[in-house]
Amino acid sequence: MKKYDVVTTISYPKKGAMGKTGSWRVFKPILDKEKCVKCLRCWIFCPEGTIIRNKDDTVDIDYEYCKGCGICANVCAVKAITMEREAKRK
Amino acid sequence: MTIMIDTGNYIAAKAATMARPDVVAAYPITPQTTLVEGIANYVKSGEFKGEYICVESEHSAMSACIGASATGVRTFTGTSSHGLLLMHEMLHWAALARLPIVMCNINRVVGPGWNIWTDENDSISQRDTGWLQFYCSSNQEIFDTIIQSFKLAENGKVSLPVMISYNAFILSHTSMPVDIPEQKEIDDFLPKYEPNWKLDVKNPITFGNIILPAEYEKIRKNMQSSQENAKKLVPKIAEEWKKKFGRYHGDLIEKYKCDGAEYILLSMGAIGAESKVAINNLRKDGFKIGLARVRAFRPFPKEEILKLSKQGNLIVIDRNISVGSEGAVFSEVKAALYGKSDAKVYGFIAGLGGKDVTYGNIETICKKAVNGKAKDCEWYGLEGV
Repeated sequence: MKKYDVVTTISYPKKGAMGKTGSWRVFKPILDKEKCVKCLRCWIFCPEGTIIRNKDDTVDIDYEYCKGCGICANVCAVKAITMEREAKRK
Repeated sequence: MTIMIDTGNYIAAKAATMARPDVVAAYPITPQTTLVEGIANYVKSGEFKGEYICVESEHSAMSACIGASATGVRTFTGTSSHGLLLMHEMLHWAALARLPIVMCNINRVVGPGWNIWTDENDSISQRDTGWLQFYCSSNQEIFDTIIQSFKLAENGKVSLPVMISYNAFILSHTSMPVDIPEQKEIDDFLPKYEPNWKLDVKNPITFGNIILPAEYEKIRKNMQSSQENAKKLVPKIAEEWKKKFGRYHGDLIEKYKCDGAEYILLSMGAIGAESKVAINNLRKDGFKIGLARVRAFRPFPKEEILKLSKQGNLIVIDRNISVGSEGAVFSEVKAALYGKSDAKVYGFIAGLGGKDVTYGNIETICKKAVNGKAKDCEWYGLEGV
């Protein structure tokens, strides 16, 4: 990839170009794998690409970058994802 | 070389066309209208080969120029007064994105009331946007400055947009003979633009992304360093132009009869041209006075003005007012001198709202200062004249 010799607001595509955005999270999505039916709606709707799709179509959540927006919990057809306040777990 | 007798706006249109921009995006406003009309004529004649975008507002004009410039092509636009003010947000954008857009601003009064004559409050109020600012005093200088500005803006050590201001009607609608070089000579002086960065589908990047405080601060510092670099480049480019075309309008300032002067007058734009007549007359009357016409307001020629203050006191005429303070150039001059010079600085506000400032008026102003009758900062000829 070509890098430009200029000081301005341009960024190059890479994972976590804005740092560990998971630290922005207030609510954390918790996935109950027992309930999951592998419909992949969460994977489709996640705006940040932080739902990891496994080979067998089960999913995991990338907490390093998940900002906790809750869209996945909202679109989940079987309510397998719940949002828990981060502070509560401490 | 040919001589073209035409108005400041049509001369600017000629210069902009000869710089071969790939994109011009503009919206008409009095007194800039004939500038963009002139470029439209060159589209019709086939002389202008770029893309000409008629947008729906000045905010859009600057946005279109930013978008185009970000793809790595040369861009030009022109505006005036309220049009410039509508662009304000995007002026910051263009400078922070380090895009070498060149724009003419025809200095026109800001309303209300509805006044289309000249003063500098429109461009002075864009002081802190990061743009380099030049003020012209003749149609020839408009032509030469436009071509030179592309070279300056596109230099990798600068990479900032340039605003070239000239007075409404006094220059924009007044015909003067102007030397126009051959296209090939312009092409030799101003080669194709090689961008410092660009939006390129083959090399995807994000432009205008989120940025953290520490990184943002570095961008501001870099802009400041680039304006300092421009201070060194302006004289070099002016010198190169002189060598190639035999014309010279000064660098950051134009000195006129400053040798042996005990008073130096500082003025900008068309008043700068009028000041030369005044200086000639004052010299004839035995006054030891010279002129430093301020061409560049950003970067501001602090060092040169400090040097001039070592030989005498300074008289500043501002065709603008930072309401609640004083004339903008007056402030800048004093800041440049602070703690380093004992020279007195006299400030005058004159010619707001497009009121004529004649060489006779300028002589009166200078005599008042030389005779020790000037106040710290005063309004000249407020009651008519």
